[in-house]
Amino acid sequence: MTARGDPLLNPLRVAWLNPRAALVAVLLAVLGLIPLYAALTGDTFAITLFTRVLIMALAAVSLDLIMGYGGMVSFGHAAYLGIGGYAVGILWKEGFASGFVQWPVAIGVAALFALVVGALSLRTRGVYFIMITLAFAQMAYYVAIGLERYGGDDGLTIRTRSQFGGLIDLNNRTLFYYLCFVILLMSIYLVSRIVNSRFGLVIQGSRSNERRMRAIGFPTFRYKLVCFVIAGALCGLAGALLANHTNFISPSMMYWTRSGDLMVMVVLGGMGTPFGPLIGTVTFLLLEEVLSRVTEYPGLVLGPALLLVAIYLHGGIAGLLEGRRNG
Amino acid sequence: MLYFIEQCLNGIQLGMLLFLLAAGLTLIFGIMDLVNLAHGSLYMLGAYFAATFAALTGSFVLGAIMALAASLATGMVLEIIAIRPLYGRSHLDHVLGTFGLLLFFNELVRLIWGPAGMTLSLPSEMLSAVEIIPGVFYPVYRLVIILVTLAVAALLYLLVMRTRLGMLIRAGASNREMVGALGVNIKLLYTLVFGLGAALAGFAGLMQAPILTVQIGMGENILILAFVVIIIGGIGSIRGAFVAAIIVGLIDTLGRAFLPDMLRSVLSNNVAITLAPALSSMLIYMLMAGVLVFRPEGLFPAASK
Repeated sequence: MTARGDPLLNPLRVAWLNPRAALVAVLLAVLGLIPLYAALTGDTFAITLFTRVLIMALAAVSLDLIMGYGGMVSFGHAAYLGIGGYAVGILWKEGFASGFVQWPVAIGVAALFALVVGALSLRTRGVYFIMITLAFAQMAYYVAIGLERYGGDDGLTIRTRSQFGGLIDLNNRTLFYYLCFVILLMSIYLVSRIVNSRFGLVIQGSRSNERRMRAIGFPTFRYKLVCFVIAGALCGLAGALLANHTNFISPSMMYWTRSGDLMVMVVLGGMGTPFGPLIGTVTFLLLEEVLSRVTEYPGLVLGPALLLVAIYLHGGIAGLLEGRRNG
Repeated sequence: MLYFIEQCLNGIQLGMLLFLLAAGLTLIFGIMDLVNLAHGSLYMLGAYFAATFAALTGSFVLGAIMALAASLATGMVLEIIAIRPLYGRSHLDHVLGTFGLLLFFNELVRLIWGPAGMTLSLPSEMLSAVEIIPGVFYPVYRLVIILVTLAVAALLYLLVMRTRLGMLIRAGASNREMVGALGVNIKLLYTLVFGLGAALAGFAGLMQAPILTVQIGMGENILILAFVVIIIGGIGSIRGAFVAAIIVGLIDTLGRAFLPDMLRSVLSNNVAITLAPALSSMLIYMLMAGVLVFRPEGLFPAASK
């Protein structure tokens, strides 16, 4: 697995004109035009739905960094989403409404939590890693339930969105939408820069064969830990955005099925590809939305669909468009 | 002191319940190398089956037997239709696929039984409490759960250690390819093991049904606890699952019962009240994280049994 030219290993090298690139271009164009559509038709729900899609896609991008590129299957990624959200909610409750305080704290606390979780979890492999990350997320979930002052089990309604001193007004739906869009695009760019740097190649190398990477002299543990912390920080930012979007935080943001949803989004779109998480998130959330409109029982279709994806669609949707199978 | 004994019994009862789930999960994990998130759904189905059949037949015991058979059948059919293609795939595929099954079963239950929960009432002779030692009264039904599960554990032990099927199961846990190469019908063995796991999960569900409300999603919390148990006990080890289930059951129950008071004696009242519920829920996860960091193979690794 050394071929740098292999498009599956190095997605940025894929020729620009292929079905996947076309899909990504169309998708980005549509996402960029959503507020226009909403303004023309007065359908504000579309903007609410797609803001959520963008924020969850950001979380999925961060998960893809460790899971898709690094082979670190974290089953507790929703914890960082919750931590970012709670940082915003708790600071608001305590009278710190400024986004210049809230957002860096959200990112910082999520990164710190990732550092602790990563330092302990990365000593384990395979299914043990899946389970230990899950255990830490469950701990965060129970801590949130225990925070009586911040709503406990019921969650906390945040009455004002983060203030940016008149610079950006997050109450403006369109502006908030584009802010999320820009942050998402920047994160996708950041992640693809990271994974194609020397650092990222070490990370990808340890996914393929960690023992070999160590043998040629890379302290893989440290590399993976840094990668894990970056992903946690990015997801903390997504959590801060999500709290601003819904004006609400609750422990259920961190429940283990939320982490499952995030994994589904990444795998569905295509792991280890720059736009896979976005494609997966759009597909998953829209499918959920459409199915719950046409049928009272969306899970009856969604569940088996996931099973079929797990069985037949190895590279996710991005892999399908590639016209070849991964592995 | 009497309260302590009562809480210990509650802890053991929770541990027994966890063992029923964890035994199936650890077998499926150890032998087929399958991460099965749908195991909690089988627990939920067991409870729904029991509530339905008990209402139909008017007898708790008859309903329980039918529910057990139905869980076994569901498990085997599920294995043949949905689980088989997942063998030999990455754990991520297992998580994705069985997570889909979990969504499917939650919705299926909502479709068949409706969104409201169900209750299952016990026969009148199980409702009383007995005096187990002077001064300590304990509900008969909870004692029944403990004793019946112990009997099931003993049967499972005999099945795994003393029968030909058990020998194949143990062999499968230590070296799958070799068992197949020696001409054992691996497919059938897998279906049987999965069915056995499903029956155990369904049994846990039906035993628990009269104590809790039977509702959608009831299997999700307990599934994670069962995973904690098999990680602590060591994947593939039934003995490990048994010991770990009792440890987890006791720690969880005693933590919830006594941690608030213990904290209050060290910390101020307010802090203790805030901290205690979160801390007592976290105890077992801390234990699991500790075990994974210091003894990654679990307390009783399968290879050493």
